[in-house]
Amino acid sequence: MKLHEYQSKQILSRYGIQIPRGRVALTANEAKQISEELGTDVIIKSQVLIGGRGKAGGIRLAKNPREAEDLATSILSMDIKGLPVRKVLVDEAINFSREIYLAIANNRITATPSIIASASGGMNIEEVAQSSPEKIIAEDIHPLLGLRDYQIRDLASSIDLPHSFWKQFMQISRALWQLFRDQDASLAEINPLVISSDNELLALDAKITIDDNALFRHPELNELRDPDAEDPTETEARKYGLSYIKLDGKIGCLVNGAGLAMAIMDMIEYYGGQPANFLDIGGGASSEKVAAAMRIILNDPSVNCILINIFGGITRCDEVARGVTQVLAEMDHPVSIIARLVGTNAQAGKDTLQHEDIHSVETLTEAAKKAVEISAGRTA
Amino acid sequence: MSILLNKNSRIIVQGITGEEGLFHTTNMIKYGSVIIGGTSPGKGGEWVMNGKLPVFDSLKLAVEASGANTSVIFVPARHAADAMLEAVDAGIPLVVCITEGIPIHDMMKVKVYADQKGTRIIGPNCPGIITPGESKAGIIPGNITLPGSIGVVSRSGTLTYEMLFALKQQGLGTSTCVGIGGDPIIGTDFVQILSLFEADPHTEKIVMIGEIGGQDEERAAEFISSSMTKPVFAFIAGISSPPGKRMGHAGAIIEGSHGNAASKIANLENAGVKIGHNPEELAASLK
Repeated sequence: MKLHEYQSKQILSRYGIQIPRGRVALTANEAKQISEELGTDVIIKSQVLIGGRGKAGGIRLAKNPREAEDLATSILSMDIKGLPVRKVLVDEAINFSREIYLAIANNRITATPSIIASASGGMNIEEVAQSSPEKIIAEDIHPLLGLRDYQIRDLASSIDLPHSFWKQFMQISRALWQLFRDQDASLAEINPLVISSDNELLALDAKITIDDNALFRHPELNELRDPDAEDPTETEARKYGLSYIKLDGKIGCLVNGAGLAMAIMDMIEYYGGQPANFLDIGGGASSEKVAAAMRIILNDPSVNCILINIFGGITRCDEVARGVTQVLAEMDHPVSIIARLVGTNAQAGKDTLQHEDIHSVETLTEAAKKAVEISAGRTA
Repeated sequence: MSILLNKNSRIIVQGITGEEGLFHTTNMIKYGSVIIGGTSPGKGGEWVMNGKLPVFDSLKLAVEASGANTSVIFVPARHAADAMLEAVDAGIPLVVCITEGIPIHDMMKVKVYADQKGTRIIGPNCPGIITPGESKAGIIPGNITLPGSIGVVSRSGTLTYEMLFALKQQGLGTSTCVGIGGDPIIGTDFVQILSLFEADPHTEKIVMIGEIGGQDEERAAEFISSSMTKPVFAFIAGISSPPGKRMGHAGAIIEGSHGNAASKIANLENAGVKIGHNPEELAASLK
């Protein structure tokens, strides 16, 4: 789960990392008030969970409260890459002499967290990694020993941080590690960390991502979830324990297992079709869950046929078939269904799926080819 | 005839009294696995499976009483890391963790501790291991595979079943099939399993099922080209998956420039691996 900049910075601040004075505003009027309270130039920053806010015009400098109000009005009416701006952060503008990148992230290659620093702060770190990888310094953190002071000193030295800032940098790095560990983060990023004209290290922007699997330990963080960050259908699907991702094609897919669901999508493309979605019903799905999955697929207006592929182990094919027929009975204009049922209770499932709109097939290859044919209208 | 698991493996089930634990224990016994009991804290002294299997409060007690050398874990995600560490400290050399949804920080600690103590962990979020005709430790259906000489290693669940089934349809059998798990951090990777298959005299060919995310397949490609003599066949799922979207498995996500299927396939092909477009085609090419 991704946290907004303002939420991330509040967490940094709780761990003693300095952030600019400022607050989040829901209306332009609030933005004006905050600007008045701060009494300085302010930065109005859109709070959306996507990169490229600055380029999209979602981050602007205001010289006075009136300008703050005007800019907030315009930013609050924006859509950035399809996400509506519902909140702006109003921060005091900071003069700084240098920008640094500092982050801790889970590194699946080393199976440890890594702390990463770069003298090229303020930039998109992925781009820096591509164009000049030597500018990115990383140290693996032993999961049981934790971040060691010498590693922090090595980072400070590698990014040519003047000695006078090492103490502050040490405190910030330790705090970031503490936070990363306490909050089950998969990413805790400060970009940029700046040296202000008062010679303070300040986190101007921050991004924290929490491991979804660990949210049971952090019910307070779960409340920070932004429903805009996810497609509403995907959220709906999650309620039923379904894993669904909307794609651009016409062939709806209903599959048990994530790897198998991806493989089916690949085969559809290989034979010249386009999958409409990724959908994994998980293991041992009930007919109700399957019915919910069918409704989600059918709600997508571009779907013109559905490929059902079930490899029954703990999932029972007859149970899946019952869920499918239940939804078929509700429909006005049935779409074509290609069904391949293998494994546990496959025959009982096939018997249930006897229906003029359902094509029963035996192999994966047949299933994918048939779906592509039907979707393209090549056969009735 | 196999790697990791055979008819002499003595299996203990952690979380045996849960619904999943009981269900799959029944299936493992039916298949012929030697299950010597299970653990469930607070239920020590009880018996399950119509009074045939003892339940212990702790793994240490279970190992003392039974000499188990393999553990299968069905414990819920929030307690699974503890269960794995308990198995490591009880001296079990092979731990198979079926549980899905374990926090990544927990798994990083478990992995480094298990590596240090020399315990092999398979998984988490995996279907387990099957050595056809001998034993299974996990949830892979027994009737979809035959004994044979093809080693199978996979990051996936039902996709692995499709592969085993497709091999069986071709009359091809499996020496051992290992599901290594779909999480970003797993106990044992492709390279470790490939090296076991390379050393196993009864495995002649190897099938590997990979998917998007991480660099495990790329490392496997390097290993295959530098250290393997046996032919390797592969299917990589996710060539049509969009970047930045997690495809169900916590590990299956294309992040930045890393983890896409095309680069995995290119690396494997360069290492001399034959790539199939689907499990059926791949199985046919092994004949």
